[in-house]
Amino acid sequence: MNRMTDTDDDVLLRARNLSLSFGGVLAVNDVSFDVRRGEIFTLIGPNGAGKTTVFNIISGIYPPSKGSLHYYGTGTEIALTRLAPHDIAATGIARTFQNIELFEHASVLQNLLIGRHRHQKSGFWQQVFFTKTVRDAEITARRHVETVIELLDLQHYRDTMVAGLPYGIRKVVELARALCAEPSLLLLDEPSSGLNVEETEDMAFWITDIKEELGVTVLMVEHDMSLVSRVSDRVFAMSQGQDLASGTPREVQTNAAVIEAYLGTADDVTSLRRPAAQGST
Amino acid sequence: MRFIFKTDYAQDINLAKHGGHVGWYGALICALILSPWLLDDYWLAQLTLILIYSIVGLGLMLLAGFTGQFSLGHAAFLGIGAYTQAVAINAGLPLIVALVGAMAFAALIGVIVAIPALRVRGVFLGMATLALGIILEEAFARWESVTGGNAGLFVQSPTLFGFEINEATPYYFLCLILTILVTLGVANLLRSPTGRAFVAIRDSEISAQSMGIPLARYKTLAFAISAALTGLGGALYAHKIQFLTPEQFGIIQSIDLLLLIVIGGLGSIHGAFLGAIFLITMPQIISIGKDYLAAGIGESPGLSAMVYGVVLVLFVLFEPLGLYGRWLKVRAYIQLFPLYRRGMFERQKSFQKSERLK
Amino acid sequence: MELLQLLVSGIAQGCVYGLIALGFVLIYKATETVTFAQGDLMMLGAFGGFIAMSAMGLPFWAAAIATVIVMTLLGVGLERVVIRPILGQPAFSIIMLTIGVAYVLRGAITMIPVIGTETHPLDAPYAGQVIEVAGLVLAAEQVVVILVTAVLCGVLTLLFRHSKLGIAMQASAQNQLAAYYMGIPVRRINGLIWGLAAAVATVAGLLIAPITFVHANMGFIGLKAFPAAVVGGFTSLPGAIVGGLIIGITESVAGFYLEEGFKDIAPYVVVLLMLAVRPNGLFGERMRKKV
Repeated sequence: MNRMTDTDDDVLLRARNLSLSFGGVLAVNDVSFDVRRGEIFTLIGPNGAGKTTVFNIISGIYPPSKGSLHYYGTGTEIALTRLAPHDIAATGIARTFQNIELFEHASVLQNLLIGRHRHQKSGFWQQVFFTKTVRDAEITARRHVETVIELLDLQHYRDTMVAGLPYGIRKVVELARALCAEPSLLLLDEPSSGLNVEETEDMAFWITDIKEELGVTVLMVEHDMSLVSRVSDRVFAMSQGQDLASGTPREVQTNAAVIEAYLGTADDVTSLRRPAAQGST
Repeated sequence: MRFIFKTDYAQDINLAKHGGHVGWYGALICALILSPWLLDDYWLAQLTLILIYSIVGLGLMLLAGFTGQFSLGHAAFLGIGAYTQAVAINAGLPLIVALVGAMAFAALIGVIVAIPALRVRGVFLGMATLALGIILEEAFARWESVTGGNAGLFVQSPTLFGFEINEATPYYFLCLILTILVTLGVANLLRSPTGRAFVAIRDSEISAQSMGIPLARYKTLAFAISAALTGLGGALYAHKIQFLTPEQFGIIQSIDLLLLIVIGGLGSIHGAFLGAIFLITMPQIISIGKDYLAAGIGESPGLSAMVYGVVLVLFVLFEPLGLYGRWLKVRAYIQLFPLYRRGMFERQKSFQKSERLK
Repeated sequence: MELLQLLVSGIAQGCVYGLIALGFVLIYKATETVTFAQGDLMMLGAFGGFIAMSAMGLPFWAAAIATVIVMTLLGVGLERVVIRPILGQPAFSIIMLTIGVAYVLRGAITMIPVIGTETHPLDAPYAGQVIEVAGLVLAAEQVVVILVTAVLCGVLTLLFRHSKLGIAMQASAQNQLAAYYMGIPVRRINGLIWGLAAAVATVAGLLIAPITFVHANMGFIGLKAFPAAVVGGFTSLPGAIVGGLIIGITESVAGFYLEEGFKDIAPYVVVLLMLAVRPNGLFGERMRKKV
């Protein structure tokens, strides 16, 4: 029984029976889910559950050992599993990285402009001579990038080299760069990791804005449960490479199997409790 | 720092960012145009060599400084350009055709070199390019029917529109025009999506791919352009020195080219020019310095190697941004005087992280 | 028989390449630095031995030991003064730095009047002797080279694999900051490694000097250490020796059977083949970044 299947016109991304092993380790084991257009879909699970691996399969960094992945964002069905990462980006899927992969020796503005690369159309010789077409394309790209800067309040940092930026700002630049690609599907890998409470609040607002104002579908991996329940439409819990439960945030968080995966069973908890120290009251 | 009040996106896109740029570079161009009448023959020849090495420097800078692909055997492309030009001119082809031919052939070899280079990175790329450089140097020596082998090859004088331009002044202008065109072309590329793609590949290949940049295509392009520019430099070099031998294009020359970009300043167009000036004027400076040193030291054959070594070590240790970096600091000091803050360009302490896991 | 003779001289030459590659791999394994200075350290070691014997009149073995000790200290000093400040910078900068050091070493030797610019013999006590084994004629120099290399390699492999020092070295190579936090004296270890590498290079120089004579351009032999390390795998000590042997044998065979000129490029063709087929070398480890 697969609770995650839906009618076809609703679905943006369909994963079926994805499996991937690294050497002897089965990192992802028969995982299936659908992501609907316009929703925020979150993958949760304890460390080592295989969530980021699923992400890496979707963005083409690893091919799955088994299973299929279909994307419906461009109007036709595209099988993603055999595509190279740059071809996947060209279909309108953008992603952020857990450990921030920004271009350190370039300014924030340049990072964001690179994010728009999939829209670039000019030929090599046009660029060498910097023709009017290229100039106009540069101005158009700059305008798009400025709307993203506006949305995420990065005006102060436009011309700063990324290497000199604090961690919290880098996370935002990472998000901005992915948005500059004008994606239909945005993959966010732990967007709030390393952020303090205020920064996480901002992130929550931005993710909701991305869904409501920009109409982008978001597929997210996240550990911060308050962010997950605040922002997500549906949640998919994984553990040790397999799916555990799925549904609304409320349903998943109260699911017994999920609680057990995170906290262990009642017996486990008792056995960990130490006897009270002598002489204490 | 000069404060530029930006009101238009074009200000960020244009090459000349403000009036000062136009003024200073304009003056430089005027000085360069007037040089044949301001300098004596010897210094004009040196200036021509500086221009030629700047073109070569731009080629290697584009590949190593901007795309992060470090080639330890780049002198091979210099040789390919030089020998192709010599063969073409000796066979009677017109100058422009020969130059284009040299560039195209060098670019072709660049593409072939790129094929294995795509699959390796970091130190392995260095090893592969080192190996290719040494193999090509040997090929220059062995393929005697074409290159004249170790005995050398004479290069005939070039003719342009029927005029022989083996005179210093016309040849200087040819080099100057080509240098300006190449610099503009490279600068244009760098402010376009292609240039940004190169920088992306340098800083994070995996991220670049996820932005839609096909690594294979852009790396091959970087190799091709770099080889073409280095080949052009080689072709011009061939006419300047008029007699080619394979050892001019061996590992010592490759290391000289790397010295050029490192001391000039990695990752900047200015760096290519400053590095070229360094490379060409260094022997002069050593010669002049010899007179001030004790006879034992001054006449010793090891002096040059020692000086180059010490300068390189000092630059890498204390000025990793090269001469251009030092210039930026000096300029900031002058512009901010007397408000220059001591820690402005302070480097953050960095710890070593495994590059194997990149 | 001819082939066997070729093999032996290839093996002996290969051992020298292997020793230089050994120092190179030591440094790479411990600090992930690629150094171009090994060849010139070898050259300096050979000159050191020569000077100890001729100018100071020491007998061969005393001169050898003294030179190795001095060069070890030089290696440690080099690391302290020149390499330590630079760790953490991109790999390319470090490579250029070591190239600079190589230039300085070569320049310094050539600047020594009379001695630096000439070629000198190094009189080892076993020089000129010949050993006959099963119909093969082996020069004593070659045998000594092979034996010493085997012993050194064994000792170093044990060091890295089984001692605390060796494991600490590996930790510091993979993540220097974490190693610091774990209380590993990273700086002292790096110094030790460079000292060790300089010592190995000196041994190589002293071994090869009786065969090739002592001269300032000996350092270029060091270029062949790179093909050896590529073939063996940058992270494997026995691999460096095996790589050296393969390169030595390839050169020897190519020099005899192929046309002139192929002998010099044969090692580099092997490098290209290796990089195409198995970039991590015969014994190297494969690593991938987790994003």
